[in-house]
Amino acid sequence: MSIFIDRRLNDRRKSAVNRQRFMHRYKEHLRRAVSDIVGGRSIRDLERGGDVKIPIKDIAEPAFRHGVGGDREMVHPGNRTFAPGDRIPRPEEDGSGKGQGNQAGQGEAMDGFVFTLSREEFMELFLDDLELPRLARTVFGDVRQIKTQHAGYTRTGSPRNLHIVRSLKQSLARRMAAKGAGKAALDALDAPRPGRRGRVPFIDEVDLRYRHRIKVPQPVSQAVMFCLMDVSGSMGEDKKDLAKRFFALLYLFLTRKYEKVDVVFVRHTDDAQEVNEEEFFGGQHTGGTVVLSALQLMKKIIDDRYSPTQWNIYGAQASDGDAFGADPEKSRGYLEKELLTVSRYYAYIDIPSGGFPTTSPLWQSYQRITQPHFALKRVASRADIYPVFRELFKREAGISA
Amino acid sequence: MTAVRTNPISTGCDWTFELLQRYDEAVGKIALDEYKLDCYPNQIEIISSEQMLDAYASTGMPIGYSHWSFGKEFLRHEAAYRRGLRGLAYELVINSNPCIAYLMEDNTMAMQALVIAHACYGHNSFFKGNYLFRQWTSADAIIDYLVFARQFVAQCEQRFGIERTETLLDACHALSDYGIDRYRRPRPLSADAEMARLREREAHAWSRYDDLWRTVPAKVRGKRDEKSANYPEEPQENLLYFIEKHSPNLEPWEREVVRIVRKLAQYFYPQGQTKLMNEGWATFWHHTLLNRLFDEGRVTSGFMLEFLHHHTNVVTQRGFDEQGYGGMNPYALGFAMFRDIKRVCESPDEEDRRWFPEIAGGDWHKVLDFAMRNYKDESFVGQFLSPRLIREFRLFAIADHEDNDYFEVDSIHNDEGYRRVRQLLAAQYNRDHLLPDIQVTRYERQGDRSLALTHRRHRYRPLSEESDRVMRYVARLWGFPVRLEVVDSDGSEVAVEEYRPA
Repeated sequence: MSIFIDRRLNDRRKSAVNRQRFMHRYKEHLRRAVSDIVGGRSIRDLERGGDVKIPIKDIAEPAFRHGVGGDREMVHPGNRTFAPGDRIPRPEEDGSGKGQGNQAGQGEAMDGFVFTLSREEFMELFLDDLELPRLARTVFGDVRQIKTQHAGYTRTGSPRNLHIVRSLKQSLARRMAAKGAGKAALDALDAPRPGRRGRVPFIDEVDLRYRHRIKVPQPVSQAVMFCLMDVSGSMGEDKKDLAKRFFALLYLFLTRKYEKVDVVFVRHTDDAQEVNEEEFFGGQHTGGTVVLSALQLMKKIIDDRYSPTQWNIYGAQASDGDAFGADPEKSRGYLEKELLTVSRYYAYIDIPSGGFPTTSPLWQSYQRITQPHFALKRVASRADIYPVFRELFKREAGISA
Repeated sequence: MTAVRTNPISTGCDWTFELLQRYDEAVGKIALDEYKLDCYPNQIEIISSEQMLDAYASTGMPIGYSHWSFGKEFLRHEAAYRRGLRGLAYELVINSNPCIAYLMEDNTMAMQALVIAHACYGHNSFFKGNYLFRQWTSADAIIDYLVFARQFVAQCEQRFGIERTETLLDACHALSDYGIDRYRRPRPLSADAEMARLREREAHAWSRYDDLWRTVPAKVRGKRDEKSANYPEEPQENLLYFIEKHSPNLEPWEREVVRIVRKLAQYFYPQGQTKLMNEGWATFWHHTLLNRLFDEGRVTSGFMLEFLHHHTNVVTQRGFDEQGYGGMNPYALGFAMFRDIKRVCESPDEEDRRWFPEIAGGDWHKVLDFAMRNYKDESFVGQFLSPRLIREFRLFAIADHEDNDYFEVDSIHNDEGYRRVRQLLAAQYNRDHLLPDIQVTRYERQGDRSLALTHRRHRYRPLSEESDRVMRYVARLWGFPVRLEVVDSDGSEVAVEEYRPA
């Protein structure tokens, strides 16, 4: 009598379109919310999804409703103490409109529309319009590796590529067709037999098959990221923390774009060392500052291990910019000549000492670099990190301009 | 109820399709043969919890057009569900023929049986019997129409852009409460007929178009002005209908979208009017039917305990000062009222005879059936709420008057208060009290083409601030200036505000 239907295998994501529409409509809100979250979160958790809150006022759908005021009566259940004529002080208007009777238990629903972004959506929003400068070139135009691969068989080709088994299969099929079926058909028709019947060539031009090989451009899908940081005494914990965020964000970004990302940590005082991550962020050092040493070490590592033809090279440098004497100028020259020529991108952030608004010597020198794939920024607080990051990698930054 | 010959249909808590069928047969037999419920045929669909969330988002309909607001609903439910704030409804039922009911796959066997009794026989018979549903919805054609609406909106999105379509729908949604006809039976809907009508309308416009007419000098007709001095002659309460028919600026496809929103609002109109009765009726019947099954020994006491656990959860009414109070619980009050009517019929006391002389001692089944068919929430409460229930629920009315800086307790559950409480509670279910009274009063056809809406304030209650945004939507739909005139119940004008289309 009743019909039972199992719908469980039907499409489960019927609301996907509507969900997308919603996200599209409130993209600005979402982006702002995500930006807030990134500002407050520690780096290890960055790649987690998160709860996003949008003010309920912003997404409410309006309709004609009664507002506050006028006369009315309300019926409620659960009276234990009231008698007719009792007076109850009017609750404070709390802006949420009709507060009477339902003050309790509705707080959560009132202040914001909360929903959960999946990890993918979170990262998608986060990195949304950040496209790596010059990346387009790497992927589409400026291809350095080409790989040949099979693409079936063709009828023409050089003898070297002749596929013997295929060709013989063709030949066999042709001979069977020409002999067997043809005979039966001709017998049935009782047609006069052509003289050359029976002399079917063992192999013919049409049988030949060649391996088809095509060349496929292979984008370089690996990148190496150099993290350069000044660890001299003037770089306090706060500054290191900022630098750490900067590096982490760049790393995060690269892992999305490349299959394989190597990270090299180079720290320097007046002397540069390659270290592991823990030492890089953890170690406490004293000493002067020679930026050039770090750049030279980076160059050496590139020469030894990361050939620019096979690796996309990214540089990220953080410093408080306290460099002395000829060092800033020398560093600039070295960077321009030796490193920028082989790098995809090089970013420098200057973390000035608190209450020290004057520009640092290194900043002044670096500012004169005009290559489009070099970017520099000053970062003062944690809240600056995200906007800086966006600006650094803004779509087509400085390339097409 | 000492164990009669027990012959339970099942003992475990897992369900199978075979068991579902056997439960449905058992429940159906009692419902249809013994209690003579009149139902549409049932189509019972098993869905996953994700699909239930999907269904929630589209107001329970299996198909709907795309709009961001449905996405919002989806996200809201999803977030609440994930956080464990709220369980999902165990069932969803659609007023269609056959009556489609959704069962969640995570439910236990007892739950599934409860849902079958509740939705497939309770709600189902209500949809088929209640006068509002009979009058306003065509259960045979709704799915068909939804398909049409979805396709049409999708076409519009393709031809005119998603954004334009979306803004139009935003505007219509804001007015959907004012797209209701209350006194006229609409023609049945069907996708084919709708399509044909649409084509006809377009063809007509084409055939009427003749550039020559432009060159013919117009006749001056002084008399007509007087006649059309006030148009429409009577105020119109169906704003969307008026806009669809008379808006000077809308294109044909836009009119059609307005119509779709209007038609769907009309379809949901009875549900809003009968929430209390509908849920009460369904709850009453699942309670009756499953208890009957237990009496016959077809279900175990374990089953019964689980059922009662869920049942009591559903029919709990919290007091106004308790945590989680959210107004009157329609399940609780509705269930209590139907039970109470049955009690008044079966074993009336002296008070009942005084209050309900016509039904006291009558055939409870007939009285219940009559109530289900011929009432809506407002009249149902006004007619059948007994003093005993007012006492049980400890109902009281408080008055919130603008001139006082306090609330005053108006009446409570005592002899002087019963009628007053009942009357006020009934009014609370009256749509006219919930929605501000806004009607189209003037369309300047000869002048600047402006439209005047009149808000007649009921007991000085103002409109909320958001009405500003709604009015801008109206102006957008109308395409010419729109005025909102506020008058008091005695007709004296309070304020006028004009909105111009952006």
